[in-house]
Amino acid sequence: MTRRGTGAVGAALLLGLLLWLVLYPLVLVLAEGVRGPEGWTLDHVREFVGRPTEMRALWGSLWISLASVALAALLGVPLAFLVGRYDLPGGRVLGGLVALPAVLPPLVGVVAFLFLYGETGFVSLLLMRLLGLEEPLWRLEGAGAILLVHAYSMYVYFYLLVRAGLVSLDASQLEAAASLGAGRWRTLRRVVVPHLKPALAGAALLTFMTALGSFSAPYVFGGGFRVMPTQIVATRLNGENQLAMVETASLAALALLALLVFRTGSSGPGGAGRKGAGPARIVIRRRLARIAAGTVGWGLAALLLLPHLTLVLVSFVPVGTWTTEPLPPAYTVRNYLALVEDPVRVRPLVNSIWLATVATVAAVAIALAGALLSARRPTAPRRAIEALLALPWAVPGTVFAIALATAFSVRDPLAGRFILVGTVWILPLAYLVRNLPITSRAITAGVRALDPSLDEAAASLGAGRRRTLLRVTLPLLRPALLAGASLAFVTAFGDFVTSIMLYTYDTRPISLEILSSLRQADVGVAAAYGVVLMLVSAVVFALGSGGQGRGGNAG
Amino acid sequence: MDGVLGPARTRQRAGGGAVTPFLAVEGLAKRFDRTVAVDDVTLSIERGEMLALLGPSGSGKTTMLRLLAGFETPDAGRVVVEGEDVTRVEPVHRRFGMVFQHYALFPHLDVGENVGFGLESLGVRGAELGDRVGRALALVDLAGLERRRVDQLSGGQQQRVALARALAPEPRVLLLDEPLSNLDPTLRERTRREIRDLIRRVGITTVLVTHEQDEAFDLGDRVAVLRGGRLEQVGTPDELYAAPANRFVGGFVGRSSVVPVTVLGPTEWGTRIAVEGVEWEIERPAGHPVILPGAAVLMVRPEALRLGDDPQAIVGTVTGRRFTGPSSFFTVLTASGATLEVVAPPAAVRAGERVGILPSRRAAGGLHLFLAEEG
Repeated sequence: MTRRGTGAVGAALLLGLLLWLVLYPLVLVLAEGVRGPEGWTLDHVREFVGRPTEMRALWGSLWISLASVALAALLGVPLAFLVGRYDLPGGRVLGGLVALPAVLPPLVGVVAFLFLYGETGFVSLLLMRLLGLEEPLWRLEGAGAILLVHAYSMYVYFYLLVRAGLVSLDASQLEAAASLGAGRWRTLRRVVVPHLKPALAGAALLTFMTALGSFSAPYVFGGGFRVMPTQIVATRLNGENQLAMVETASLAALALLALLVFRTGSSGPGGAGRKGAGPARIVIRRRLARIAAGTVGWGLAALLLLPHLTLVLVSFVPVGTWTTEPLPPAYTVRNYLALVEDPVRVRPLVNSIWLATVATVAAVAIALAGALLSARRPTAPRRAIEALLALPWAVPGTVFAIALATAFSVRDPLAGRFILVGTVWILPLAYLVRNLPITSRAITAGVRALDPSLDEAAASLGAGRRRTLLRVTLPLLRPALLAGASLAFVTAFGDFVTSIMLYTYDTRPISLEILSSLRQADVGVAAAYGVVLMLVSAVVFALGSGGQGRGGNAG
Repeated sequence: MDGVLGPARTRQRAGGGAVTPFLAVEGLAKRFDRTVAVDDVTLSIERGEMLALLGPSGSGKTTMLRLLAGFETPDAGRVVVEGEDVTRVEPVHRRFGMVFQHYALFPHLDVGENVGFGLESLGVRGAELGDRVGRALALVDLAGLERRRVDQLSGGQQQRVALARALAPEPRVLLLDEPLSNLDPTLRERTRREIRDLIRRVGITTVLVTHEQDEAFDLGDRVAVLRGGRLEQVGTPDELYAAPANRFVGGFVGRSSVVPVTVLGPTEWGTRIAVEGVEWEIERPAGHPVILPGAAVLMVRPEALRLGDDPQAIVGTVTGRRFTGPSSFFTVLTASGATLEVVAPPAAVRAGERVGILPSRRAAGGLHLFLAEEG
């Protein structure tokens, strides 16, 4: 068979696989929502529209997401300017520290906030003690608490993208603006901001989608306040499965709508590759201003690192010894020992590792195949493969969990449906599908960056396809593969939103064990799990850091 | 040298008579979507010859080269090497060496591994591999740099490594894609000489693509001028300059000016024309068709004109001068608004002066008459 022929067969196979795993479950969910005992029906849709609680949850999802974008921008953009444009004392270290919330898996961040600002958290207790109060000043509950966690965990998108945008600015553009008599504000407005427009739009979209799919914070802090992902889970618990399908469809529709709106807003020029040198950092001459800027930067960094430190501290607290004191009275390493000695507690660690590994290997393989097969394809199949690889990104995690649960809880081989729910395979599958977008984005970027004449050079030097792949393509793709794999692993390892809907006792991952430890007031063990998650995420991130920004919607 | 490249590639120019070409392109055509990139091109290249494909961007010259290399499959036509039809042969098996415009050196391999890459494809291993890599590098004056990283080399060195890599497996044909476009101007002329000498020494049949006429004229034994995917003319640099087949080739090759004229009729040895209110007689090159009376254009080389007072001179005003040392190019604006360029001693006239222009007595070959509507 010719080169072109095998490529076409491979592309067709991949397209089929993606249609089956990505699109088919979503279509099934949509169909379930409008099906009754006898034929098609709009009953569930009518019920959905008629219930005020449903409408409130949908509205809640929308405004929480928009507010999250605003807050994350408010925190992330100034930080990016401070670190990216100004020469601060210890600027390099500061730049790294400020990005650290990225290594806190969603649920772990929530737990850390609970320890820190919850009713019995450090800060609350400290303030009660200082002010001599009987009651805590606030309750970490409702929309405010959700927004706090969102702002904290999502400003990183704005920070990283805007900082990268600032670094890619051509210094001679700033010089040109200055020589044309533009002052600082006019340069900012007419040169810098237009250049940053794609970065800002990208960060806004990323934040909106992440906030829309966010589950951990509303689940733990929501209380009576519902957003659509938590509403779906509650409806399922009530046994109203088909109403849950309609809810799922509404959330998916909201996500796709947002994608459309943001896409139209983000088109336009700007952010093109730089030709000249990057701009030098601005040195603050006045001493007082310099000290003030440094203090603000480092103060913020300390505030942003408090959750990490809290988690580490709590992980050393023995069970039941810490109640009302601002600082724990005793410390122990027993919590960590329990993780390795107690077989019941070891299980989730082992589970998370193998589940994430399987999902990562599969995601990298599919993403690599997709990138290589679609690189030099005619446009139609390439677009289809790229769209399917990106689709799970636009769909909140809860939606995908429900879709997979629906598709793979029935045995009907002719319709491509098998019973996977309740088996060990459903979680790796869910992680895999959810990881496809971030993995394939990293790997596709790597493949696109390859000079096509390298392939041609190898061919003209007599190297066959296998030798070209092994000797030229794969070695050059190593950074992209590592980046894609590390993103996939970290996301799967810390996943909560899909796990809570699809896990079985035997496959329970770390995040669920954290939740059940918390419920049993086993705070130290929960924190120890959290620290393990955090450290593994950080190490894997560091291993894979070849550059690409993080782009998944964490649950 | 034979040790590196084999006796088969020793240079031997055809000595007249019917010679089967070493490399032949027959009726080659390629279109992308709706644009025609290469349109029915037929060419033949002798063993050891260097052919330059010259044309503006979009002329199809790079597509031609990629069709030769096998990276594109033609819609029609054949590529034949030494009597073997290689049109459908994959680039992997074609044994054409290629130097890419941006070199396409493998960034993760060192210089030696890059140069040895094609040899390994042929199954060369061990001591012989090292030996042949060393010789290929010596050929491009980079002996001993095997273990150097590619990104530590200068642009000129990278290009030589690319050349060594392409030559090491002893290809049948060498293809060069804009070989000098990536070098800065000071380096360009020197590299051009080096490439020319190296290829002459090796004697390999070579096709190179360029949009610079200097490069084409200096490197090519023959030059093929392409426009819009069509082959306009192929010939030695002298032939193209002295007898351009049409106005495009004439304008693309060398300096020239163009004026509209009226053909009055044939004379004993040429054509009588009316130009700017005077009458000139233009020599007609052998083999060129007779142009019937009517509108036409005259293409003139600067050296085919001279300044002088004469009733038959075109009168105009000097508007500019380009100084080139022993002589200068003067730009003269005629009464009808045409611009003519004339060569004269630097101090002959000054800007603003009124002058007369006449055909030069010696350079009769520098005046060409073409049909007016011809592009």
